[in-house]
Amino acid sequence: MQDTPASVAVNRKDDKDDSQITPSLLPLRREDFGYAQARHLLWRAGFGGTDAQINKLVSWGPEKSVDTLLGFTESGKPGGAGAFDPISPDRFDKDIMRPLTEDERREQRRAQQAQDEDTLAKFREARQERERMDRGQIAEMQKWWLTRMIETRHPMEEKLTLFWHGHFATNYRTIENSYHMFMQNQLFRTHAAGNFGELLAGIIRDPAMIAYLDNNDSRKGRANENLAREIMELFALGLGNYSEDDIKEGARALTGYTFEDDAFVFQRTNHDNSEKSILGQRGTWDGDDFVKIILSKKACARYIMRRMYHYLVADVPPDERGGDRNLDPAQQKVVRDLGDMLFSRKYDLKPVLRRLLVSNHFYSDAIMGQQIKSPVQLVVGAVRSLNTPVRDLSILNDALDLMGQRIFLPPSVKGWDGGRTWINTSTLFVRQNIMAFLIAGKKPQGFDPSANTERFNTDALFAGVSEDSLVAKREPAAVAMHLLKLTLGNAPDHGVAALQEFMQSRKNKVDQETVIGCLLLITAMPEYQLC
Amino acid sequence: MTTNHAFTRRSLIKHGLLMASASVAIPAFLDRSALAMGAMLGDLSSVPGVPDERVLVVVQLSGGNDGLNTVVPIFSPEYYRMRQGIAVSEKDAISLDKKQGIGLHPGLAGVKDLYDQGLMALVQGVGYPNPNRSHFKSMDIWHTADTTATGNGWLGRYFDSECCGEGKGESGTAEVDTKAGPPGIAIGRTAPLAMEGGVIKPVAFEDPSLFRWSARDMDKGLASAYDELNRREEIINGAAPAAKKQTNAEFLVRTSLDAQVSSDLIRKAVANKPATNFPTTDLGRQLSMVASMIKAGLKTRVYYTSFGSFDTHAGQGGTNGRHAQLLRQFGDAMKAFYTELKAQGNDQRVMTMSFSEFGRRVGQNASQGTDHGTAAPMMLFGPMVRGGVLNEHPSMRDLDDGDLRFTTDFRGVYAGVLNQWLKADATKVLDGKFKALDVLKG
Repeated sequence: MQDTPASVAVNRKDDKDDSQITPSLLPLRREDFGYAQARHLLWRAGFGGTDAQINKLVSWGPEKSVDTLLGFTESGKPGGAGAFDPISPDRFDKDIMRPLTEDERREQRRAQQAQDEDTLAKFREARQERERMDRGQIAEMQKWWLTRMIETRHPMEEKLTLFWHGHFATNYRTIENSYHMFMQNQLFRTHAAGNFGELLAGIIRDPAMIAYLDNNDSRKGRANENLAREIMELFALGLGNYSEDDIKEGARALTGYTFEDDAFVFQRTNHDNSEKSILGQRGTWDGDDFVKIILSKKACARYIMRRMYHYLVADVPPDERGGDRNLDPAQQKVVRDLGDMLFSRKYDLKPVLRRLLVSNHFYSDAIMGQQIKSPVQLVVGAVRSLNTPVRDLSILNDALDLMGQRIFLPPSVKGWDGGRTWINTSTLFVRQNIMAFLIAGKKPQGFDPSANTERFNTDALFAGVSEDSLVAKREPAAVAMHLLKLTLGNAPDHGVAALQEFMQSRKNKVDQETVIGCLLLITAMPEYQLC
Repeated sequence: MTTNHAFTRRSLIKHGLLMASASVAIPAFLDRSALAMGAMLGDLSSVPGVPDERVLVVVQLSGGNDGLNTVVPIFSPEYYRMRQGIAVSEKDAISLDKKQGIGLHPGLAGVKDLYDQGLMALVQGVGYPNPNRSHFKSMDIWHTADTTATGNGWLGRYFDSECCGEGKGESGTAEVDTKAGPPGIAIGRTAPLAMEGGVIKPVAFEDPSLFRWSARDMDKGLASAYDELNRREEIINGAAPAAKKQTNAEFLVRTSLDAQVSSDLIRKAVANKPATNFPTTDLGRQLSMVASMIKAGLKTRVYYTSFGSFDTHAGQGGTNGRHAQLLRQFGDAMKAFYTELKAQGNDQRVMTMSFSEFGRRVGQNASQGTDHGTAAPMMLFGPMVRGGVLNEHPSMRDLDDGDLRFTTDFRGVYAGVLNQWLKADATKVLDGKFKALDVLKG
């Protein structure tokens, strides 16, 4: 390789100082960071929090709170000190879908030539048995990740890992190798708030992605364009920022990027070493050069911020080109400024995320309480914020499926559309009913009739309440307000009225049963779907 | 046309019109325009542009139905040679077409009755190029009508294309001007991919008694407070803003009301059991519910049912046994379904189409079963179908590595159903031109 593509120019001019930055990206004043703001931060940068956690963040103020939430990059390195549930590579069986050994392959070839049907049938059955085991393992991984999201001390790490899973969407069903999905999950976690450039360079070496987008079939003379196309269209640039020729040339650069068993392999003989012209740069580029050339475009940084903005901030989907035309001008400015900052910081995500999460914009009325919870957000958030029993991970996982978010099985390479696409008349009942299951052990739609009887102790919901308050005295109106604020962030009149009516039907005896009833009602409110 | 706001949903509910009307739309589409109001109140007999409220019912045979033991190639010595343990003898098979030498499995006596009445078309050798033998992948191919198994479902795309054009709708809330009526209804835990559109999402439920808030029966006080929260007066009495202009909160309040009323409507429809005795099998139960919903006058145009598993790798049986029971379940349920529809006077409106993700290999395996194969027959039912045997049985001699070569591309069958029955633009829906099979009587 004689050439190197023009690298990202570090341009500090783009890293505006506070006098130049749009005021909505200036940090929120500490005195404006109250209960509602802290609650909002916990829901968006993670999966919600308890009353006690919210109050803790209020006492810290916005900057320390955000630094703590983003602190996992130091404390939570997989396997590192302070890591929750350190992840070791042998947590799962990596050999279920291993390729056949040389001996096995030879035997299979012999059987094919000899038309030895019995032996071939044995190979087929063995393959089916391994596929069956592997489907079992992916189900275990779904539960493992769900548990991690529920129990982690670093919720933002999991929240961002889930973002990257939806961004670089890869479906287990297509690749049929659970261990590769696990490896990819680790790639996302390692770079969750790290450097996007490193993540993108990792993705073109990731066996799951290579298999999903057929790059293992791509070789000199017959390049497969799938991976190059999706990198440009969906992963890094967005429509309108490249041409069809860029895809063709990019695909040639990616030839020979494949894997054997669980490891990336660069097959030099399959790589097209001739000259390519990608996004105006000419050279004998390989896949890594292709990534570097894409990163040298500011459009890439803006595109990534647009996607992150949709995930973390506002339910306005990117326009059909993946861009910001659906946003109002103030939001466009925010996304562009953050994108420019990401670019000037050479794609380090953490400082940009910090800027966003402490900003005035993030806590404005147009943003707070306006996002529709994803199914994962709904389920994990309820357990984390209310401390309900987990009850049954298989049922929670099934419910995620019914609500349209099967982790490790996103619907297409585009990932989940999110927002209003989560909601229809069917999923709304599933959402209400999975909450009823968590809260009361009441079986949700279509599940095994053995309801879970573990009791949900609701005392913790009142932990921070002062002893002589009306809430502590279980005065119905005060309890209604307290529970609504905790669960919705505010106490709308119709909610208070409905809860009071219910408590009255129980003769205003505000015991544990009544509190559980109130929570059932609140979680069935349309407003509960928002965060 | 102006909207008659005086006639709010709430007043409709209060006056019982919503339940009583013979031609009720699914409520998501009520009161958005005078057209909907008219349709609901019965002064329009059908949605303009769509002939006679035609209905399509899909029956999915999940797991890969053995086509060769469904439609038996009596003509073929190869069949009897390669299936010595599980073949259906000429004596046991119900002769279907003497000239072609094919017969039906004896479990399909119900289907034969329909065939004799001219209510069944058998489409032979249906498949697609480069067949995939993974259940998941091949099922996705059938659902997306795309051999790369990507994109939305074919019926979802049908609803999208008839509904509101690119980008005009909102997911989960179809607008009333859809020519395809309200979203389709799938019976099952999840909606099948086939029904998932980019804009229009189907309603799915497995058991109508569970298509509701499960905590409702825990306490009377809970039920009434829940209704107060989910049938909110403010939106019921106000004009709904266009879907695009709604805030997320307004959208949720509205969808929640839609869900309550859909639930009422469907549960009420299904509670009214058909007069015909349906078999107490899985498919029998599903088709009985579909018959009830049709009888109740729901404007739904596509219903989706599925049952199985047809994945008979071992001990599949021949004339009797596991596969025979599944076929009997299918035949008896279909017979009951059309008997009921005829009694209702709705049979002319309802076409049914059955398929499976693949057939099975020609030769049986060592476990007296069959492994994943390729082409298999599809069946179409209803008085409107071109009854008889359509297309050729695949050759039993010219095999592709032990598998049948397909004679009919399944997308040609879809195209026929879309063009001729649903009056849709099949080229647009299927994103390509496929030679449409003539599915209707000439």
